[in-house]
Amino acid sequence: MLHQLIRHLPRFMGAAGAVGALVLSAPACAADLTVSAAASLTNAFRDLAPAFEAAHPGTKVQLNFAASGALLQQIAKGAPVDVFASADQETMDQAQTQKLVEAGQRRNFVSNTLVVIVPTGAAAAATPKAIGDLTQPAYPRIAIGLPASVPVGRYTQSVLQAAGLWAMMEPKMIGAQNVRQALDYVARAEVEAGFVYATDAALMPDKVKVALTVPTTTPVLYPVAPIVGSPNAALAQQFADYLVSAPAQAVFARHGFGKP
Amino acid sequence: MEGAWVALALTLKVASCATALNLLFGVGVGYAMARWRFPGRDLLDALLTLPMVMPPTVLGYYLLVLIGSRGPIGAWLLQHFGIRLIFTWQAAVIAATVVAFPLVFKAARAAFETVEPQLEEAARTLGIGEAAVFFRVSLPLAWRGILSGLLLSFARALGEFGATLMVAGSIPGKTQTLSIAVYEAVQAGQDDMANFLVAVTSLTCIAVLLAAGKLVPGRVAPRL
Repeated sequence: MLHQLIRHLPRFMGAAGAVGALVLSAPACAADLTVSAAASLTNAFRDLAPAFEAAHPGTKVQLNFAASGALLQQIAKGAPVDVFASADQETMDQAQTQKLVEAGQRRNFVSNTLVVIVPTGAAAAATPKAIGDLTQPAYPRIAIGLPASVPVGRYTQSVLQAAGLWAMMEPKMIGAQNVRQALDYVARAEVEAGFVYATDAALMPDKVKVALTVPTTTPVLYPVAPIVGSPNAALAQQFADYLVSAPAQAVFARHGFGKP
Repeated sequence: MEGAWVALALTLKVASCATALNLLFGVGVGYAMARWRFPGRDLLDALLTLPMVMPPTVLGYYLLVLIGSRGPIGAWLLQHFGIRLIFTWQAAVIAATVVAFPLVFKAARAAFETVEPQLEEAARTLGIGEAAVFFRVSLPLAWRGILSGLLLSFARALGEFGATLMVAGSIPGKTQTLSIAVYEAVQAGQDDMANFLVAVTSLTCIAVLLAAGKLVPGRVAPRL
């Protein structure tokens, strides 16, 4: 048994080597553009990527969506990202402080609105008329993006703090890892209300309804920038430029985003 | 850093409850499967083992759909008892129990199958009842294998992440277990917190393994 194994060992090792070479072979071809974008941009960017690929033959756009803060941590730890689009200025400011993006290369490409949503079918009494209503016992659970890493949570926190409601709301907060998770919590009626962007609420009109539009203390402006040291710097810049072009802006408008 | 101890206490509570539940269900089902033959037994065995091979996110989704307030079980609980499970530590226990169940069930079934049926028969001829046969003959003889399964299931429950995050969320002090706290600290770039949490988790796991070595001496321990 053992000597048989030893006799076949070279063949085993050859096979293992072949598999290893396959696994380690260049994971991305030269014209792969990796774009890390805020979760709220998911649908719009999925529509835009094919158009950009068509305009730049041979280019493949790889989209990576998560909370802006989580994306920043990946990039800061060395993830091979070419373009970063965040849902707030603060995350991009942090990227700039860490010299991951250059001030001169970032630009705002869309704006958005903060809204309070409730599950459809919720009783009329459970539809808040003002954000202060959310402190009532009718709303024991409220989905809010985690302020430490999710921009929509940060906008929500600053609005609630400015209104003097944060201390009352924090114990009711169900933290979401990104805005789409907050949307999902409301859509499944696991929470009585949630803070998301207007563009997210519009994705599930049969499951959630917008109860309130919430004016934010700072405008919800999305910046984009190529990552410093990207091997596809020119292409990354072209992608950032493309986002502010008229055709791309038309796609954003269709998804409910505002002009920057 | 105080949050880390809260998360540790919660993690131990969830893992202990899940293991206690699996002691009941895993041993019960394991015994039944080892002793009774019926049509579809292999299929049932495969179904019960499924949580071990399926991705935790798939289990999390199943649980969310079942026990969510709009799911069949969740809606029933809400309507009759006013109980909502999602975003509670009990939901974390359910997730950990389901994920770790096959480890106890498999170990218990294998252990009961190695118990000589003659020993049980001998006990019966001496006139003791079925319950006494189980508790005084079968269970003591199978205990070693069951214990090793229980320890594995406790370890698995300690580290449970995917299904737990989906059904229990991440509420500090309430449902945020160690593994979820680590994930969140890394997402938020709080590396100091992440380092501390990772150290606490590693030490806890080492302590569990050492305790396992003490509890299950001899041939069973190296399997961990």
